[in-house]
Amino acid sequence: MITSGAAAATHKRNPGMPLDLEWVESFTANRSAIERRAATLGGRRTVKKEWQAAWLLRAIQCMDLTTLGGDDTPGNVHRLCAKAKQPLSAEMLNSLGLESLHTGAVCVYHQYVEDCVRNLEGTGIPVAAVSTGFPHGLSPFRERIHEIKASVAAGADEIDIVITRAHALRGDWEALYEEIRQFREACGEAHVKAILATGELGTLTNVARASAVCMMAGADFIKTSTGKEPVNATLPVSLVMVRAIREYEEMARVKVGYKPAGGIRTAKQSLDFLMLMKEELGDAWLSPSLFRLGASTLLADIERQLEHYLTGRYSAFNRHAMG
Amino acid sequence: MSKVTEILETMEYGPAPEDAKLVNEWLDAHGRKFGVYVGGAWVDGSAHFASVNPATGEEIAQITQASASVIDDAVEAASAAQAEWAANPTLRQQKLYAIARQIQKHSRLFAVLETLDNGKPIRETRDLDIPLVARHFYYHAGWAPLMESEFPDYQPVGVCGQIIPWNFPLLMLAWKIAPALAMGNTVILKPAEFTSLTALLFAEICDQVGIPAGVVNIVTGDGETGKAIVAHPGIHKLAFTGSTEVGRILRQVTAETDKKLSLELGGKSPYIVFDDADLDSAVEGLVDAIWFNQGQVCCAGSRLLVQESIAEKAYAKIRTRMAKLRVGNPLDKVVDIGAIVDRTQLDRITQLVEQGVQEGATKFQPTCEMPTAGWFYPPTLLTDVEPASTVSQVEIFGPVLVAMTFRTPAEAVALANNTPYGLASSVWTQNLDVAHDIAAQIKAGTVWVNCTNQFDASAGFGGYRESGYGREGGREGLYEYLKLAPQLSVFALKSSADAASPGLDRTHKLYVSGKQIRPDGGFSFQAIGGEFARANRKDVRNAVEAAEGAAQSWGSATGFLRSQILYHLAENLTAGREAMISALAQGGSEDASAEFEASVATILHYAAWADKFDGQVHQAPMRGLVYTRNEPLGACGVFAPTAPSLAGFLGACLPLIAMGSPVVAVASEKAPLAALELVRIIEASDVPAGVWNVLTGVYSELEPTLGDHLGLSSVWHFGSVEGGQRIQKLSAGNLKQTWTMPDGTIDWFGSPAKEFLRRATQVKNVWVPYGA
Repeated sequence: MITSGAAAATHKRNPGMPLDLEWVESFTANRSAIERRAATLGGRRTVKKEWQAAWLLRAIQCMDLTTLGGDDTPGNVHRLCAKAKQPLSAEMLNSLGLESLHTGAVCVYHQYVEDCVRNLEGTGIPVAAVSTGFPHGLSPFRERIHEIKASVAAGADEIDIVITRAHALRGDWEALYEEIRQFREACGEAHVKAILATGELGTLTNVARASAVCMMAGADFIKTSTGKEPVNATLPVSLVMVRAIREYEEMARVKVGYKPAGGIRTAKQSLDFLMLMKEELGDAWLSPSLFRLGASTLLADIERQLEHYLTGRYSAFNRHAMG
Repeated sequence: MSKVTEILETMEYGPAPEDAKLVNEWLDAHGRKFGVYVGGAWVDGSAHFASVNPATGEEIAQITQASASVIDDAVEAASAAQAEWAANPTLRQQKLYAIARQIQKHSRLFAVLETLDNGKPIRETRDLDIPLVARHFYYHAGWAPLMESEFPDYQPVGVCGQIIPWNFPLLMLAWKIAPALAMGNTVILKPAEFTSLTALLFAEICDQVGIPAGVVNIVTGDGETGKAIVAHPGIHKLAFTGSTEVGRILRQVTAETDKKLSLELGGKSPYIVFDDADLDSAVEGLVDAIWFNQGQVCCAGSRLLVQESIAEKAYAKIRTRMAKLRVGNPLDKVVDIGAIVDRTQLDRITQLVEQGVQEGATKFQPTCEMPTAGWFYPPTLLTDVEPASTVSQVEIFGPVLVAMTFRTPAEAVALANNTPYGLASSVWTQNLDVAHDIAAQIKAGTVWVNCTNQFDASAGFGGYRESGYGREGGREGLYEYLKLAPQLSVFALKSSADAASPGLDRTHKLYVSGKQIRPDGGFSFQAIGGEFARANRKDVRNAVEAAEGAAQSWGSATGFLRSQILYHLAENLTAGREAMISALAQGGSEDASAEFEASVATILHYAAWADKFDGQVHQAPMRGLVYTRNEPLGACGVFAPTAPSLAGFLGACLPLIAMGSPVVAVASEKAPLAALELVRIIEASDVPAGVWNVLTGVYSELEPTLGDHLGLSSVWHFGSVEGGQRIQKLSAGNLKQTWTMPDGTIDWFGSPAKEFLRRATQVKNVWVPYGA
């Protein structure tokens, strides 16, 4: 576990199943109750000292280290890859008793897939590409399919696709199912991570049903957000999605992964998400094969907390290498 | 491998203990030995007992066993302080606010101390108990200056004796002390002997903020100390939270006094899950319902009623969820279930679960690590349980959930109400039609829709049935610490010799279930105006049966319908003016004409109110509604005042009838004639059969049967002092409510006080969080 990061190798893929509308529509979500559970989870669980350090290392291992800027260039993408390969300084790594450590993946636009693949060759770090007209998902359907294929051809191991929100908002589950089905087919061997853009779905019930449809259509992961919506990965939304994953496992006997993304900036947040996975789904979801944190700046805060753990002194950002 | 890398393999939580250092310093500073706080000073005790940490079995401190003479001193101090405290609402507001602030400033000290003393998880004391305590004082601080304008007819009760349980030590203290002080009372509070420490720390806070000496007295001790408080003649009001068993005793031993009494007792609260509920959320809710505070919660959702179609799925989810619960050191921040407060409680839980299994229940307990020291019980689910099982009837007061199924909403309600208790309930459904309909039908003081165990100072909490009476929190809770300003008025009766004697002999009957009937025993008794049917035990039985039969439909009839019927009654009475005035004169009325006018006015008063005694919407700090319903009590008994024979009879019966409760009324035993004349008017006025039953007879012969009838929700007695006391004593059987105002304490010719409507209803709080 400590050295493994190549999720694709260990993750049993979700074959999907025929759309069962009755099952999809059986999902309801009581917002107040869900918010209460989400709000009290942090009071019920915590990790301190060595446990906190270990859990933060796991957060790094589950991190999809991401850059999705309009101003991305090969320069900053290379910097990102370097950080993915060496998220902590050699000194810290040694103090923590680790031989090696890398992030769960790097996540970039199609444009930089080839660069990353070359850069990460031999590390076992998968490259994920956002795709299908990211972030809005409204480019011509054929182009979206083509975009997936191009990224796969460029060497992407994982494709983060975006759903057509209109399908979910209109309750057109057949259309959503068909869309994801075709995306998955286009992905071939690459894993499918379906971004629901939950901040644009309006209700938690829509989130639950869209999650169900994506899983039936064969998504290997379901993911909250592109990071570009006004509201991104929240705990209530996550609770709804992971409960849908649990239902799907009970019915289809397949474990689907979960990826919160967008707005996750603090070490504390990453621990909250890990605890949510442990409490609602179980320890199997505490590994990069079933859990990813989509984040850009999170790593810097985790580094500071780990340094505090090691030295007892509060740290500063400038002491840690940029990603 | 380093420790960190080992943890990275297992991904366990690890320990996260809260630091008890400051609490231990506080205890040590007191030499781990405490006196009592009386008259603004600390008084050392002569006898002590140990307070034990239930998570370890170790002694924490020595607590004073307060003697009767200490209680005397406390009552004296409280009496001396009361008038000035009552006279200064601004001071009351400032001091209550100061208490709230101090509790916030020392919140962690209180939380850790509570956890050490009680065994409940630090998460709960830190996140729930202590914040609610502070909120309670903030909220009630505001009522102090509003008292005069908002409760113009009321005054403080005086000196209050308050006895609280061990399950929420400081929170129950707050629920008792905050409203009492806000309304200008002074208090003597006794915490439970298992958990005295936070009350003692609270006393220090009172001292710090300058609560005037004698306003708050904290005395510690066991049941003997409690008895001294209960028996003390200088105490005007007793407030008790605890077991139904002790509540019953309290009712009996205070029956022959005029102490005001409020009881918050046990429960076996239903937790109803419909097939359209958000099932995962409903299952998570159970954690807050029955695995909260080790299930030692009077309003715990301990009786799961789940729709049959989803039962197996629900049980599977519950078992999965239970496996995640962590039992252990309550000071650990990652513990869900702490210690049971005492060995005796643990034994009782263990024994009841065994009994349940013997009676056929299937027991599920997750395999969780259990501590080796201290008193702990694992979370438990009992399925294959039926309403007839012992475990589904009795309060277990532990982390034990019993589960049953229902088929239809009607059956859910029937099962929910199939209990002597009525404290709380939860309803889970995404359908608002179902939610509000079920909420209206459940006999319980609180209904939580899609949530559970929600508390706030703004919302009244308290029971129906044998879960007690009185409310704590909200406007409705303040009345427990108020009394009506005295309203003395004496009505005399003229002897019948003065009245014109009737020409033809008349046979007077009883009026039961819409029919005039002869008395079962075939005896008569003499009163002003002639001889009257002498009702007996069986007549009472039949009348109560009639009233119970009418309770459902009359209680759910619209206020508008009840109002129309009362207007019709007034109309018919007015049309029969001459006959009634003659009956009044013959029945000894001092001024028949004036009494007639007062009687018509009384009917019109309640006709007016029948559709206007609205509930409220409370402002609890959440997104949602907390609305109250002023609900009818159910079948009630009434002993009318001796005089005035008609205005008093109407004034005693009509608030109940107008608010939806059928009555069995005993007409003035001295002068029943006018009430019997009224029966003819009732018959002509579309009052449904069973709603208004009129008996005549000798009060002392009828008091036993009405007083201890288990089918009556309340009995009012407006006759003799002794009669009222007998009713209070007998009421302990089913803990029915009582209201006793002896002859001469109510002006039946004046405009009726709103207190009548309040007494004629019980407040239900319905919590409905919402969110699209």
